[in-house]
Amino acid sequence: MEKSKTKTPFMKVIKRHWLLLLMLLPSLLYVIIFSYVPMTGIILAFKKYQYAGGIYFSPWNGLNNFKALLISGKLGMVTRNTLLYNIAFITLGVLFEMGSAILLNELFSKYFKKITQSLMFLPYFISWVVAGAIMYNIFNYEKGVFNHVLTSLGGNAFDLYNTPSAWIIVIIFLKIWKQTGYGSVVYLAAITGLDQEMFEAASIDGASAWQKIRYLTIPSLMPTMMILVLLGIGNIFRGDFGLFYQTVRSSALLQPTTDVIDTYVFRLLIDNGDIGVSAAASLYQSVLCFITIMISNGLVKKANPDYALY
Amino acid sequence: MTNQVVINKRRRLSKDELAVNIVGVVLIGIFALICVIPFYLIIIASFTSETSLIRNGYPLLPSIENFSLDSYKLSLKNPIAILKAYGTTIGVTVVGTFLSVLLATMTGYVLSRKDFPWRNKFAFFYFFTTLFNGGLVPWYLLCVRYLNFKNSFAGLILPLMFSVWNMIIAKSFMSGLPMEITESAKIDGANDLVIFAKLIIPLSKPLLATLSLFSALAYWNDWYNCMLYVTDENKFTLQYYLQRLLGSAEAMRIVAEKSGIALPSIPIESMKMSMTVIATGPIVLLYPFVQRYFVKGLTIGAVKG
Repeated sequence: MEKSKTKTPFMKVIKRHWLLLLMLLPSLLYVIIFSYVPMTGIILAFKKYQYAGGIYFSPWNGLNNFKALLISGKLGMVTRNTLLYNIAFITLGVLFEMGSAILLNELFSKYFKKITQSLMFLPYFISWVVAGAIMYNIFNYEKGVFNHVLTSLGGNAFDLYNTPSAWIIVIIFLKIWKQTGYGSVVYLAAITGLDQEMFEAASIDGASAWQKIRYLTIPSLMPTMMILVLLGIGNIFRGDFGLFYQTVRSSALLQPTTDVIDTYVFRLLIDNGDIGVSAAASLYQSVLCFITIMISNGLVKKANPDYALY
Repeated sequence: MTNQVVINKRRRLSKDELAVNIVGVVLIGIFALICVIPFYLIIIASFTSETSLIRNGYPLLPSIENFSLDSYKLSLKNPIAILKAYGTTIGVTVVGTFLSVLLATMTGYVLSRKDFPWRNKFAFFYFFTTLFNGGLVPWYLLCVRYLNFKNSFAGLILPLMFSVWNMIIAKSFMSGLPMEITESAKIDGANDLVIFAKLIIPLSKPLLATLSLFSALAYWNDWYNCMLYVTDENKFTLQYYLQRLLGSAEAMRIVAEKSGIALPSIPIESMKMSMTVIATGPIVLLYPFVQRYFVKGLTIGAVKG
């Protein structure tokens, strides 16, 4: 075993650890083919794509793809929507996930805790397609349960699919509904790992249950929270494609409040077949994401290196 | 100290603990109800007669007079399309989950080995792919033009086969295992692959359960890759089949074509709900088996270290 601080020579590492390197090989090949090779494809954003030329031999197109993107006038709207939805997802996500983990941990009835935790996990198990079926069941104008109840109470039927502003609430609700069960387990795992003697000592010193939550549990959950928040911020310009695609079902009327960068790029690529412009839009998105995660991780690292992602 | 712990556990709830519990039971109870109600609505709708659905809409409460098994009967009568979708989904899920758990744990183990001097460099090589990527367009072209994913099972399995996050979960779990296991096995002459397969894997049951659940969910619930790469109706996955069924006009066409039943008599509204039940059921049943491992397996560690 090499314990010295000096750098191990290259060939020596290969000789000693060739089997470990071999074990890495499949996943290394995977990320090279499926992540690093596509990264070179970002040059498409500056090309006029032609089928015969493919990614690498199509003619250059300067900044024309980006010009077309700006002229479309949608970029600002989809960027704003993506950003605002993600801010809501991150803040409400922390609130709901940490809140339910803390409350679950305090519950004395193990039976109640187990059952509710399982029920809260249920939405995490379904696909966005099934969530779309649920939306249809509840909010369909003619057949939905929501209008069924509303009219039987003497109200007027509500057409969600004609009311863009209501989607802001629906989308946020769906995301929190689907994600909280999983997120709370992550926080619960962190709570379970805490030193129980700390809580016992606080009780002996006369701390109330609220005080223990406020001064012990919440501060000890900060590292977990920071990881999850940083991960959220790293993807703040990335929309959850399934959520928007399966529930909104590409209704042009609802686009002002429901179109995000990912659905926009998808439409450009699949519906319009506009490869150059959609590549430009997705490069714009990747660069925004990269800059945000670099800055936020850098700031966190400066404030407290323990909380940084990398 | 242990005595005090026991005494503390036995003592009656103080006022503030009782208050926390009441707040907890109410809030958690409400949230849990909200989580489960949509499933209840889908299930009762799937057992309601088509005439009632068209007349009254989807029901809030179950009723015996409108009870009907028509939509399930129709699905079972002409099961070829559904069976094929089940076959594709199960096959892809089983193969994909096995491969993705193998890749994540094998990579995670190597990167958790503290005697491997390049572990941090490699870890960053993997992690960087989550910070920056080429976006949908180059990826799509790569898969369709160069890897020929159109209508192939590779198009359903490969895109979800390796997740850096699962690898990081594996790495943090395995870093928690005692290093002496590897060291003493090395002294006994075992090689790294044998140590991984015979010693580390059997000690990682909570990790395997957690990762298997994640991967199985990702494969079972996949409609996206099917939508991108599959045009052959015989290779549709369950979720994509359901997605097509939910769009009414499309649904009518599929069912009429597959069953030969006249269009007006197809219970399309109840079929949408019964297909949702059929497509969701099996994966939800998986949860009780992995639940006990879950909290232990899910420790999120940092990339560094």
